[in-house]
Amino acid sequence: MTDHMGDAGSRTKAMFDKIWDRHVVVARAQGPSLIYIDRDIIHEGSFHAFADMKRRGLTVRKPKQMFGTPDHYVPTTGRMIGDAATPEIARMISQFDENMSWGGIRNFGLRDPRQGIVHVVGPEQGITLPGLTLVCSDSHTSTHGALGAIAFGIGQSENAHVMATQTLWQARPKTMRITIDGRLARGVHAKDVILAIIGKIGAAGAGGHAIEYAGAVVRAMSIEERLTICNMSIEAAARCGMVAPDDTTFAYLHGRPFAPNEQDWDAAVSYWRTLPSGDDARFDSEVSIDGSAIEPMVTWGTSPEDALPISGHVPGPDPKADLQRQDAVARALRYMGLEAGTALTDIAIDRVFIGSCTNSRLEDLRSAAAVLDGRRAVVPAMVVPGSTGVKLAAEAEGLDAIFRNAGFEWRESGCSMCAAMNGDFVRPQERCASTSNRNFVGRQGPNARTHLMSPAMAAAAALTGRLTDVRQFMGARSGVQ
Amino acid sequence: MDAFIRETALAAPFEGSNVDTDQIIPARFLKVDRTVGYGSFLFHDLKFESDGTERPDFVLNQQPFRHARILVTDENFGCGSSREGAVYALSDYGIKALIGPSFGDIFYNNCLKNGLIPVRLPHDVVAGLREDLLRGPDREISIDLDSQVVTLPDGTLHNLEIDPFWRECIMKGVDEVELTLGYLPEIESFEARYLDEMKWINR
Ligand code: SF4
Repeated sequence: MTDHMGDAGSRTKAMFDKIWDRHVVVARAQGPSLIYIDRDIIHEGSFHAFADMKRRGLTVRKPKQMFGTPDHYVPTTGRMIGDAATPEIARMISQFDENMSWGGIRNFGLRDPRQGIVHVVGPEQGITLPGLTLVCSDSHTSTHGALGAIAFGIGQSENAHVMATQTLWQARPKTMRITIDGRLARGVHAKDVILAIIGKIGAAGAGGHAIEYAGAVVRAMSIEERLTICNMSIEAAARCGMVAPDDTTFAYLHGRPFAPNEQDWDAAVSYWRTLPSGDDARFDSEVSIDGSAIEPMVTWGTSPEDALPISGHVPGPDPKADLQRQDAVARALRYMGLEAGTALTDIAIDRVFIGSCTNSRLEDLRSAAAVLDGRRAVVPAMVVPGSTGVKLAAEAEGLDAIFRNAGFEWRESGCSMCAAMNGDFVRPQERCASTSNRNFVGRQGPNARTHLMSPAMAAAAALTGRLTDVRQFMGARSGVQ
Repeated sequence: MDAFIRETALAAPFEGSNVDTDQIIPARFLKVDRTVGYGSFLFHDLKFESDGTERPDFVLNQQPFRHARILVTDENFGCGSSREGAVYALSDYGIKALIGPSFGDIFYNNCLKNGLIPVRLPHDVVAGLREDLLRGPDREISIDLDSQVVTLPDGTLHNLEIDPFWRECIMKGVDEVELTLGYLPEIESFEARYLDEMKWINR
């Protein structure tokens, strides 16, 4: 191991800076540096990038460092190309396969057991590793930072640039540390933590920053919970979100298909142990949150920052706020069909969606199933596992049966109703309790109304047909955490 | 990419913070090839009723703003999905520049790659500017990348802050991939050393 891989500056450097500095190919005194990109994960939206490359006669420089899987447009009702919602979508999926072969890129295609949402597949396959720079032409690429990587979303021009050069010109963001101390109460999950954070700092709160999540709550979290937190960093406008790698990380990665093999494992882990921020590291900004005070959260409006504890009420325009803010609140209420002052638990919902790269992993499904076990949903509901791997693992432990017995549809994996691109959508004016990450106007379908929440809260909402405090289903049964 | 040096054009105020890229171009339009032109998808669901008629209350459907080539926006414009289609739509519609207090990070980069100039000015300046534009009658803004000056309708001059690297790329209409490939020797020597130290990355 050479010295720049070692401890130089490790007491005073933040993890982000350590990883960044390790990847600088061409440094410039000001402005962007040329940064080496270790991994690029590719989905169907990449056709612009491939068209661009072909037009210019470029080739994929390091196909072994690229990975492809279709997710945004794939059908969840079956795994044949003919199951696609429209011929146009079927053509996109075939075109994706063609582009992957053209580029010589490993493709976890529609019928591959490794297929899934890019941000579920990366960690699951050990493609995402501590210390890496990882990009994907999708904003929720921040997810992968949960393993201690710098991971961020890019556009298609940048995607082509990475495929052709394995680099990107990037300006160094500022750093922000968000410390969540204390201990989460029962019924409070990673989704509640990140909604509480965005509710506090706002949808633009981390603009221009790389977030590091720290503190006792984060240290105690599993990797899947950390993935949920980092996933929504982009909803606070952050460039990326990350968590320092630790023994939990190493145990999670060990033995995964693309993680270091036995021959490299010890060298990798000893490098990864140098990555966490030093005790004296300085951050451009610091936020702290008392984890013990967080309650189960839901959103009421059309931005993830419109998040409140489930015990709360729909707010009205605040007369003390500026006029534009008042107007924004009024518009959100109109779109959502809500009246100020309504108790959140009085809001009736029309359907439930459990899925998306935020909350579609095995632990998420377990947590929803624990609430549903032996009970019945009173509204239409569906579960879309985040990957085919998650689906198979859930079936192996019988979770599919719990969901089906509760009246849920059990689907094939993909993005599905999160972004409503594949033909699964929420109907106009329908209100959906959703475990996804965006409640934007039209996100789940034209005029669809989305309330974001954890899988356990979505399960509770399915049982009552209203936004519901999941804690009312706890205690009677031992399974519910 | 077309080079951009300076532009004087009619500007429209665009209200609302956290305007996400799905408002700029709804997801359902993203399936088509760029060659068809993305201009007609711009702000589609804000611009049109579901039956396809124009919504008269939408700013770009109003005179004189239908002909605007600059948009003046609020905080965090272009947040959300990384879809570059949002920039294609703005660009193909004819928008040359955006002025706002802050932009979504990926969106900002996507603008730079497509020669659409995102100008950050202080929150209060931009809020006042949107009011002035609404009131009129002066609604022309000049954006000069060469001198790095923005001239507002009231005649005030503001510094156009943009990274010198991107400024040069945009002014010269540089092809960024070509530019980077000029650094191939640096990339190769970095990579040889780096991948030798981190053997597990591409086994
Ligand atoms: S699940 Fe939703 S947020 Fe995640 S990658 Fe797919 S569309 Fe994007």
